[in-house]
Amino acid sequence: MSQPILTLSGLSKSFPGVRALHDVSLSLRPGSVTAILGENGAGKSTIVKVLTGIYRPSDGEIRVRGELKSFSSPRDAWAAGIAAIHQETVMFDELSVAENIFMGHMPTGPARFVDWSEMHARAAALLKRIDAAIPPEFKLKRLSVAQKHLVEIARALSHEAQVVIMDEPTAALSANEIDDLFRIVAQLKAEGRAVLFISHKFDEIFRIADDFVCLRDGEKVGEGAIASVTEPQLVRMMVGRPVDQVFPKRDVAIGDVVLSVAGLSNATEYADVSFDLRKGEILGLYGLVGAGRTEAMQGLFGITPKTRGTVTLEGRRLSIGAPSDAITAGISYVPEDRQEQGAIVSLGIRENVTLANLSKYIRGLFLSRTSEQAETRRLGKRLAVKAANWEQKLAELSGGNQQKVVIAKWLATRPKVIVLDEPTKGIDVGSKAAVHDFIGELASEGLAVVLITSELPEVMGLADRVLVMKEGRVVDAFKRGQWSAEAIVGAATGAAKEAA
Amino acid sequence: MNMDTPVPPVDRYIVLDAPPRRLRDVLLRWEVILVILLVATIVVNTIVSPYFLDVFNLADATFNFSEKAIIALAMALLILVREIDLSVAAIVALAAMGIGYAAEAGFGPVGLFATGIGIGLLCGAFNGMLVTWFSLPSIVVTIGTMSLFRGITQVILGDQAKTKYPQEFLDLGQSYFIKMKETGISWLFVPPVPLSFLIFLVLAVLFGLVLHKTAVGRQLFAIGSNPVAARFSGIPVDKLRFLLFVVSGMLSGLAGALLTARLGSMRSNIGVGWELDIVTMVILGGVSIAGGVGSILGVVLAVLVLGLVTFGMSLNNIPGQVVSVYIGALLIAVIAIPRILDKVRVRPIR
Repeated sequence: MSQPILTLSGLSKSFPGVRALHDVSLSLRPGSVTAILGENGAGKSTIVKVLTGIYRPSDGEIRVRGELKSFSSPRDAWAAGIAAIHQETVMFDELSVAENIFMGHMPTGPARFVDWSEMHARAAALLKRIDAAIPPEFKLKRLSVAQKHLVEIARALSHEAQVVIMDEPTAALSANEIDDLFRIVAQLKAEGRAVLFISHKFDEIFRIADDFVCLRDGEKVGEGAIASVTEPQLVRMMVGRPVDQVFPKRDVAIGDVVLSVAGLSNATEYADVSFDLRKGEILGLYGLVGAGRTEAMQGLFGITPKTRGTVTLEGRRLSIGAPSDAITAGISYVPEDRQEQGAIVSLGIRENVTLANLSKYIRGLFLSRTSEQAETRRLGKRLAVKAANWEQKLAELSGGNQQKVVIAKWLATRPKVIVLDEPTKGIDVGSKAAVHDFIGELASEGLAVVLITSELPEVMGLADRVLVMKEGRVVDAFKRGQWSAEAIVGAATGAAKEAA
Repeated sequence: MNMDTPVPPVDRYIVLDAPPRRLRDVLLRWEVILVILLVATIVVNTIVSPYFLDVFNLADATFNFSEKAIIALAMALLILVREIDLSVAAIVALAAMGIGYAAEAGFGPVGLFATGIGIGLLCGAFNGMLVTWFSLPSIVVTIGTMSLFRGITQVILGDQAKTKYPQEFLDLGQSYFIKMKETGISWLFVPPVPLSFLIFLVLAVLFGLVLHKTAVGRQLFAIGSNPVAARFSGIPVDKLRFLLFVVSGMLSGLAGALLTARLGSMRSNIGVGWELDIVTMVILGGVSIAGGVGSILGVVLAVLVLGLVTFGMSLNNIPGQVVSVYIGALLIAVIAIPRILDKVRVRPIR
């Protein structure tokens, strides 16, 4: 076996309160494809970010062809021959294909002006090498996602990258486009490059990878040749820990059906989503990123109107055309993207908490600051929001405390049903546990909860029932006590069912 | 190995309702800067010209900016929610032309004002519809309608002027709505107030209450700060945006009526260039062009500063071009001051 192109040894990365990677070692052989597996949050993306110079590792070393490297910027990673193709492409929509390929290292002529003909010729040559029929002068925004991936591969080749990282490259591709991509991966292999392939889809991993590395909670829990393992073994490796003990589940008496959703559909993103939700129940909605869970719940909430389906709350048929209809009826939705959709960071805590039902604080004609303050104090204390004062701007709070304020805003509307979309995404461990505990408390007070999460321990720790969505449809349902981590992941990824 | 042990919530943890008031924070408020500027303007002008501090002169001076100031109130709300309406002056012209024709058709003062406001309403609704239904950027839409509305006026009127108006209508624009009243004590009196300035003051109080005291006002701040999160919070973002364009159009129509009544005639170039004067008032008033920040008090103060600067300079026969240089420099300086102070200020260690 030849010398590895890339070696990572003892790699660790910590953020305040979170250990994203711990003592991970791996090596990539030339002409091979290595798959990295793991649940969301297992540390896959952190590895990619360390390798592309976006994060600096807290500990450990990176060697390229035996030579010690330290990346202080993405440029250094490019120079060392490492290129990444990202989940959602990070490129410049308004620039041409050629400009995108050569951004940062455009060929220049005399007087440092860009040599356009040289650049277009070289771009055309690179694209031809991967059989991509894309004119170099096209603006990027005219291309499909698959074509953009090809441009990224051409960009990687323009750097003579020896290591190509593909972070869920097939997430948005059709079957034919995936075939094309895999043909190029095979070509990269044949040219002696190393490919690091990150995917949730087992069929792809078995089809394309030579080796695998499995991560869990930032640690390496297994590696080897892909030919030596089976799918169930991999799933078990991924979910391995005893998930049930992490978040103690409260004993809650589950009452009557509160919300009944039937046949919820829209044109493209989800179809025929139906479920009943009972008082005090926590319904987990599990699936891979892009399975349509968020879209379906936003349809329920009136953000993107659904095209079909009925929503019945406490026996009353609702017609929800806008979020305000849902709020009035008693449905709340805590969005996933806290910074963009949840919090208004330039406003204070009080103004955020009261925003979704301002009419409640009106005395006479005007808002009453006293009653706003009373509600803010009540909910702020209940959620243990840490702040200097209730007028403090959200921008000055930590992510976890911002999330608590957003949840407080929705509790202030006194909902009957609350949809939590990835409520613990990107927040520190301490706040995470507090949010989990709080979700249990809400249910015990009779609130019906829909919990969208991509974290298996979270859904298994908190939910009474789990619906699994895949490609916009509910593909499976599990009751507490009748599920296994393997079965849930299997349903979400479409892996074979014998796993359970 | 497991780090997921829950942290117990801090129980005896006191969070204040509001931050302690500190003098420095109060002094750095935009409105305070504007008050200082206003006082400085009055002091300098009083020293330079003996005619400045005369109630009749000052009352006359308000004629020159009140119509623009009325529109500035609506513009302030639009800029607060990250929109802008550059067609306001063109709406003034279109409304004024409508009033001209209505006057010829024998309308009375009430009918003429209603005509102006009605035309403004339609123009504003047109702007609002383009911005909200088709998700077009308002700066582009209103540059377009600015040309469109002004162009319609020019095509219909050519170089003609409208000069026939009923006397009661002209009286509303040209005389003091509230007459000077002496109380017998030399320094205590009711100053003369033109109708346009009175309308501005009443509307300013109304807008101030709506923006700073009502739920709708809070929703406008939320939209200006983060329109996406505002929508997720159940705020009817597009409805409110549409409404603001309608209000902007109506106030432009009202201003057109007041202006026509004051001048007693109108041509197609009436109010040319006003839109930028109005935007200047709003920006100087401390409304952030990035949205989410501003106050009606600031806009009122900025209107007074700009009005008195212009009036003072005209008393001293300083040509208009110089006034414009001064106002430009003032705007840039006043906007730069807080940024500079921010950089200089040393943050206290918590």
